[in-house]
Amino acid sequence: MSNLAWIFVSTLLVNNFTLVMFLGLCSFFGVTAKIETAWRLGLANTFVLIITAVSAWILNTYILTHTPYLRTIAFIVVIASAVQIVEMGVKKYLPVLFRQLGIYLPLITTNCAILGLALFQTSRHYTFVEGLVFALGAGFGLTLALSLLASIRERMEVADVPVIARRMGLVLVAASCLSLAFMGFAGMGSQ
Amino acid sequence: MSTEKLVVTASPHIRSQDSVPRIMWHVVASLVPVVLAAAWFFGVSALLQIATAVIAAVLTERLTGKGGAIADGSATITGLLLGLTLPAGFPLWMTALGTAFAIIFGKQVWGGLGQNVFNPALVGRAFLQAAFPVAITTWPSPGGGFFALHGDLFAIPLTHPLPNAVTSATPLGLLKFEGKGTAISNLVIGSTGGSLGETAALVILAGGVYLAWRGYLNWRVPVSILATVMALSAIIHFIDATKPGALFMIFSGGLMLGAVYMATDMVTSPITNLGKWVFGVGIGILVVVIRVWGGLPEGVMYAILFMNALTPFINRATQPRVFGTRLVSVT
Repeated sequence: MSNLAWIFVSTLLVNNFTLVMFLGLCSFFGVTAKIETAWRLGLANTFVLIITAVSAWILNTYILTHTPYLRTIAFIVVIASAVQIVEMGVKKYLPVLFRQLGIYLPLITTNCAILGLALFQTSRHYTFVEGLVFALGAGFGLTLALSLLASIRERMEVADVPVIARRMGLVLVAASCLSLAFMGFAGMGSQ
Repeated sequence: MSTEKLVVTASPHIRSQDSVPRIMWHVVASLVPVVLAAAWFFGVSALLQIATAVIAAVLTERLTGKGGAIADGSATITGLLLGLTLPAGFPLWMTALGTAFAIIFGKQVWGGLGQNVFNPALVGRAFLQAAFPVAITTWPSPGGGFFALHGDLFAIPLTHPLPNAVTSATPLGLLKFEGKGTAISNLVIGSTGGSLGETAALVILAGGVYLAWRGYLNWRVPVSILATVMALSAIIHFIDATKPGALFMIFSGGLMLGAVYMATDMVTSPITNLGKWVFGVGIGILVVVIRVWGGLPEGVMYAILFMNALTPFINRATQPRVFGTRLVSVT
């Protein structure tokens, strides 16, 4: 049990996919202009992560046991279809969100955080439940990072930012400050 | 002879004398005893360190800021606070670099004073910690004569500083890596190893009480931080006696300086009083978590930076109710 709690906290904060391991940065910078969009994209990502974790576990345990060289391709196919499902669901039930997310929704397919999760899960030999908790931690970690940056960006909207740092410049500075703040968790649980 | 009995003006009608420069210079004045305490324990190296930080801060502010920006004293505070978080023997070129980073990337690119999300001094400190992890954790022991130069203050830029000082670990480092305690009385007075402003807890507390009495800092933030740290560490100490006790926790490390001078930064802490409680409790929890379970001995800086990042959230979540908006069902 404490092992599961540790996997969750470790992926949520200590090894946060976005702010510590720098995975999935495109949507981190692309869709964080507003909090509402940001956390919903985070949840969409979480959903895809969970499907990926479950499928990766099934693939690893039952299907690809003798053909490890097929793993990467199999993961990519699984992720792409999971994203398709999410895209269809969002288009049908949340059309406004679908328009806000735009290209970034199908781009979850190429989000390195998701392939990263499948590969980490394989190399760390997580069991089914551990993989699920790992995916939840990673997903909530992404959502946390996206919402934090979005809340900072909403505040930046009203600031008198110098011309040289307008738009993406200051967003990169804000992201690096966030990453600096997450450095405090480094090495946690190592002793 | 017009003796007007009725003067009609727009609000506000009651004005106080306070202004941004006035508050800032009061904070600077309240930091002077802390600087003197640092000079008492670490000699002239402490003064060199702090002077370098202040000069670098003011110069950077002058070069990058709008006209007259240095007059408000905020750059001086950033320099003072950053200088106080450094070890006495830290090479001066690194101090200057870190302070310039703090002013430019902690404040100016955000649009200047009042618009930054993160505390500038802490951004500079976190940058230095990431860039020079060895130099910033080489703490000279206090004492050794007033004019003794600690460490390698005048290292040539971009070279490795020479380790030529009598160093001692901080109380938190001693506890975490060697399992040794430090007497509380030494912590309170400040005769322990550590960064310049880490040691004299009582002097910092006195400065904080003065500022709170003048109304220049909101007492809720330091009180909630210190109370949370005390309560949590007392519980943890009760469960596992090898963990530090409550008094050790609040008097060691940068907690006092952080709680009184950094977390209370008006720009980067929440606006509402309820938000300030949330902010302080959050910092307290993070400090205990990082100190007790983290890989680093000290976590005040990261705890405050993390809660700074959450501040826009806290502000959103703790907006007071607007009067007259509750719907009353009319039957």
